[in-house]
Amino acid sequence: MTRKEIVALLLAGGQGSRLGVLTQNLAKPAVLFGGKYRIIDFTLSNCTNSGIDTVGVLTQYQPLKLNSHIGIGKPWDLDRINGGVTILAPYMKTEKGEWYSGTADAVYQNIHYVDEMAAKYVIILSGDHIYKMDYSKMLDFHKQNKADATISVIDVPLNEASRYGIMNTDEDGRIYEFEEKPENPKSTLASMGIYIFNWDLLKDYLINDHQKSATHHDFGKDIIPAMLADNKKMYAYKFSGYWRDVGTIQAFYESNMNLTELIPDFNLFDPNWKIYSPNPIYPAHYIGDTGHVEKSIIAEGCMIYGTVRRSVIFPGVTINAGTVIEDSIIMSDTLIGTNTEIYCTIIGETSVIGNNVKCGIGEFAENTYNPKVYNSNINVIGSNTVIPNNTVLGKNVVIDNYITPHDFETNFIPSGGYVIKGA
Amino acid sequence: MKSTMGIILTGGKNNRLKELSFERSIAAVPVGGKYRVIDFTLSNMVNSGITNIGVITQYNFRSLMDHLGSGKEWDLDRKNEGLFIFPPYLSEYGTGWYKGTADAMYNNITFLQRSDEEFVIIGQGYAIYNMDYEPMLEQHIQTGADITIACRNMSDIPHEELKLLGMIQTDEDGRIIDFMEKPLNPKSILGPMGVYITRRTFLINLLQESAAKGLTEFVHDIIVRQTNNLKIYAYIFNGYWRPLSNIQLYYRANMELLNPKVRQELLMSRRKIYTKVKDEPPAKYNAEAVVRNSIVADGCIIEGTVENSVLFRGVRVMKGAVIKDSLIMQGTVVGQNVNLRYCILDKGVTISDGKTLIGDSEWPLIVGKNVRV
Repeated sequence: MTRKEIVALLLAGGQGSRLGVLTQNLAKPAVLFGGKYRIIDFTLSNCTNSGIDTVGVLTQYQPLKLNSHIGIGKPWDLDRINGGVTILAPYMKTEKGEWYSGTADAVYQNIHYVDEMAAKYVIILSGDHIYKMDYSKMLDFHKQNKADATISVIDVPLNEASRYGIMNTDEDGRIYEFEEKPENPKSTLASMGIYIFNWDLLKDYLINDHQKSATHHDFGKDIIPAMLADNKKMYAYKFSGYWRDVGTIQAFYESNMNLTELIPDFNLFDPNWKIYSPNPIYPAHYIGDTGHVEKSIIAEGCMIYGTVRRSVIFPGVTINAGTVIEDSIIMSDTLIGTNTEIYCTIIGETSVIGNNVKCGIGEFAENTYNPKVYNSNINVIGSNTVIPNNTVLGKNVVIDNYITPHDFETNFIPSGGYVIKGA
Repeated sequence: MKSTMGIILTGGKNNRLKELSFERSIAAVPVGGKYRVIDFTLSNMVNSGITNIGVITQYNFRSLMDHLGSGKEWDLDRKNEGLFIFPPYLSEYGTGWYKGTADAMYNNITFLQRSDEEFVIIGQGYAIYNMDYEPMLEQHIQTGADITIACRNMSDIPHEELKLLGMIQTDEDGRIIDFMEKPLNPKSILGPMGVYITRRTFLINLLQESAAKGLTEFVHDIIVRQTNNLKIYAYIFNGYWRPLSNIQLYYRANMELLNPKVRQELLMSRRKIYTKVKDEPPAKYNAEAVVRNSIVADGCIIEGTVENSVLFRGVRVMKGAVIKDSLIMQGTVVGQNVNLRYCILDKGVTISDGKTLIGDSEWPLIVGKNVRV
């Protein structure tokens, strides 16, 4: 087997609990994004476009969707004889079986995978972000500096810096200090959670970390500080461009909505940096005689007989006549009835919204189910849910996945209200 | 489907599609926003459970080969069987070009001999339809026919075209008693769809005999001449079927896809139509877009007005442009304030700002591949 210069390890086990019902049955990297994609597609496509052909995807939380989405990696050209994509799920060992207890532990438990590929470098990625990045340039930078580790950083506004892990560097970009969420940040270079390590060195640190007891088994909290303490050569690689953690309802919504702008911050239409995803088997979409679409993204297989403004519509969605959809995200195969009004709402896959429904009207009110997660004007309706005819939903309302008309005690859910199974 | 293999004939030279088929065979002509004509017959075979399929190509097959690739979009990239493409070849005995449909199959008779399926279904690459071949095979077995031909009521096909298709007369049992090839005044309304089922070994014998006699056309030399000797039955198909063999038919069939009923039957059925994927992002509509009664494929960016039209993948419609009753193929750019009516723009065309192109509903104006207007 040929030796691989670099192997990517993509951490895709995160729950993304701040996405509420959207991540109840699937991991955050599997959440739909941008009218066709799942969040992990952006990182996987970055690998393909950067010439990385060996990717281990570490899964843990609700991996079913993710596994079937990735399959053997065909859409990303990762169905290879040597390398390709490998799903690395937690597994039983001779003594005991254990879950991944942290990002570093997840990699520790898969040391044999990287060893088998005989890789010189390893790049640690997360499947949670929307961005385009050429990892091969970062690797060049790493090699030029003869670094032990290189961490990709992005300039953030000073007032937001205390939310990130901040890298303090000297003029050459060498990191002398790392501060996790500092109260008084000394720099604005935030870690993007993308690391390149010399594998032999990282392996030592992972084994050491595994033997310690007072550790979170986390790259940011444990491995990076330990390397810094040993005065390893660590460099910050500056990335500029679009990079978003779509980990909250609001951030997820805004990032999707931005794609409908005349010139979006993130260009999906870049022929030199295509985003790959499994293509659904659908015909081209159809706009009916009564249909009207403006400032929106419409995917294949949709049938639009109503009005759609400033919205992102995923494949196979039907929007019937007399219906108005504004400022909303409608995921795959959802059916919207006639004379319905939907404003500022995220609707999951394969849901059915009845006729004469009004959704997203009235004034904001604090969410009575989980105000930490649901804290904006955005309504969230889960997948495989049926909203009965004539239902009225206020703002900041959350409706669970797999809700049937029987779960509705009333056809009016005021702002801040919810319909949650078993709640 | 019970032990059946497939052969798709992609046809001889046809200039009736004008510019659209100068550089590609009809089978490779784009249709319906994202498909090529051959996708329909190929998907029908796959959806009927056929996994051993040979595509016989003759003229301008480069773009067809490119489209089919290893057959992975049709799940035909198999270790055993799968998709086979048979362009003409030179040998000690052959001249290279296939002299006709029977000659084409005879030249690839090893494909038939090496396969072990009991039946063969022969289809064409020039028509769009969504058909389950299974009931047809059942009827073939039941009637004990030598050959079964799929036929349909052709009253929805223009008279001119009927003359080219040929017409069929059957007795009460459905046995074909008369096959009028290219009749001047078609008497019956039952016409063949170019889909045949026969036993594999029977076809091998038939092709060998015909070759020995110097007969080269499957329909003209074999079916028509032997209507009385062979048990040939008609299988009646009641669905939508359109040959795309000339510009009018091609244009009309694309426009018919705007009809929800047709689209439902052809494209949205449980039997999906597969095609090569292009990884385009979803279509983007900007604030000025006005789109009505139109099909729009992935990768389009629309800022103008589009009515009663089909936009293929990656089309750009600039501000102020008005497109009506037109087919715009992949990667074409329609500039600002352009006015198009009854036009067919092939792939990669650029219409510069302010131009007006107007064809006729019977004679749409065609702009060839990669032309700049």
